[in-house]
Amino acid sequence: MTDPLLAIDGLSARLRKPLLRPLLRSVSLDVKAGEVHGLVGESGAGKSTIGKAVLGILPRAIEICGGAIHFAGEDLLRLPHRRLDAILGDEIALIPQDPMTALNPSRRIGDQLTDGLRLKRGMRGAALHARAVELLADVQIPEPEAVLKRYPHEISGGMRQRILIAAAFSLDPKLILADEPTTALDVTVQKEVLRLIRRMQAAHGTGVVFVTHDLGVVAQICDRLTVLYGGMVVEQGETATILASPAHAYTRALLAATPRHDQAGSGTTPIPPAVTAALATEVACYGMGPAAHG
Amino acid sequence: MAEAPALIEAKDLALELPDMTARRGLGPRPLARILHPVSLTVRRGEIVGIVGESGSGKSSLGRTLLRLYRPTGGRLAFDGTDITHASEAELRPFRRRMQMVFQDPQSSLNPRHRIRTIVGAGLDLAPGAARGREDALVAALEEVGLEPALLDRFPHELSGGQRQRVGIARAIATRPEFVLADEIVSGLDVSTQAQVLTLLKTLARDRRLALAFISHDLSVIRNLCDRVVVMRAGRIVEEGACATLFAQPATPYTRQLLDAIPSPAPDPGWLTRGAVPPASTAIVR
Repeated sequence: MTDPLLAIDGLSARLRKPLLRPLLRSVSLDVKAGEVHGLVGESGAGKSTIGKAVLGILPRAIEICGGAIHFAGEDLLRLPHRRLDAILGDEIALIPQDPMTALNPSRRIGDQLTDGLRLKRGMRGAALHARAVELLADVQIPEPEAVLKRYPHEISGGMRQRILIAAAFSLDPKLILADEPTTALDVTVQKEVLRLIRRMQAAHGTGVVFVTHDLGVVAQICDRLTVLYGGMVVEQGETATILASPAHAYTRALLAATPRHDQAGSGTTPIPPAVTAALATEVACYGMGPAAHG
Repeated sequence: MAEAPALIEAKDLALELPDMTARRGLGPRPLARILHPVSLTVRRGEIVGIVGESGSGKSSLGRTLLRLYRPTGGRLAFDGTDITHASEAELRPFRRRMQMVFQDPQSSLNPRHRIRTIVGAGLDLAPGAARGREDALVAALEEVGLEPALLDRFPHELSGGQRQRVGIARAIATRPEFVLADEIVSGLDVSTQAQVLTLLKTLARDRRLALAFISHDLSVIRNLCDRVVVMRAGRIVEEGACATLFAQPATPYTRQLLDAIPSPAPDPGWLTRGAVPPASTAIVR
């Protein structure tokens, strides 16, 4: 068995104030190279917090109080700054959620796309331009030369998301964190973007952490998944297995609450209060453990 | 089921608005066609879904049905009265009978007002408002499943689901006959969404409310609506009973929309199946 690319081990995080409210409770998960791992949960489940912790972009108000994030054999939480700078944004990249706000409206697409190549690889001039054209062609953007000169407002939302995908892959990272990358898109565009992420990831052998609240998206793109509730891992395993026969009552309830276009009468069963109440108790007990040894 | 009487009847409704992307010197902006002639009927007790991708004109159609926009063609009738060109004063008596629930309860509820003020806003416009106001407020809150004690709270003290219920309570407080719900569950978690959908179904049934439900989410529409219209580029491309349309879409566009929905049952071929529509990669302008 190969070593995982990313191994999160007992990660706990909490709000500095007020009251040191725990946000992540001893979360463990691993992602192998070439695998798409879904993080699923409702709002407040901690899925984005995990993503931000991996990328080292947690807001100041949140502190990590236990655990480790092993990436390619190194613990990201204990690395010196300089080494971290070499990894983040280079070996680990981000596909952000909202293609409308992730791009600077006053800079041309070409300049923003090549930030990584210039800053991390020192590329300049004709070589840089040629690589930029190549990157856009990779994400199937027609007339890449023309698009490089455009501003973000001049292109469609789906195309903006393609640009961000091209930028994420520009340094050929080992791991990509995709934070709800299709939530803001129409369904037909979403399908194109999912297809693109899958194709690029498979071609480059990239590991992907895919954050989403949409079980449909998870079912179609993730190899494995982690279901989160209240900063705690509820269930983890192969996507097909979990969705076909969820072991945990919460996962079952979440599936039952999800409306389906191919099934009448679905999606009108809220998660029973008993299920969340049981989890809340579990969550409350969990909170005591990790904070103590952090 | 016997056909219920039509409450909203739109015949060849057209809408043109100034094109904000075009400019000809200092003169007025040219008009852009937002709705091509569109016909739609909403009956009492019926939930009609309006679905489409962004820019398809679903919100514009909804707002025109409420006469928030003035149609530039066709005819719009509410309960048999022609309101196509009615003035604001003429519309006043109808306003109480048609209401709207907004997408984002975070931004559509005034953060400085208590729930009492927010939900009561519509009631205050009615003649003899003071009488029975409190009773009406309590009734509206109870009907959407909220504790009347919340009346004295501010929106920020409520959860997202509770806030959306306040939005619904505000809309139904005036006992309207027609309610337009524009993407009201898109910001909610699935569990909260399920609660809101169940609530809407109950309201439509018990109050014989005519409900127009705008959404980009076909899965939600399928499980809430009786009838659905599919919009694209300002036109209705397909219309039908929910059960029929989802089982046998008549147009390639509806087929394409349905095929693009990821289902929570893994389907290894789904991602690579189907043509990629080229439109979304085009440069805007």
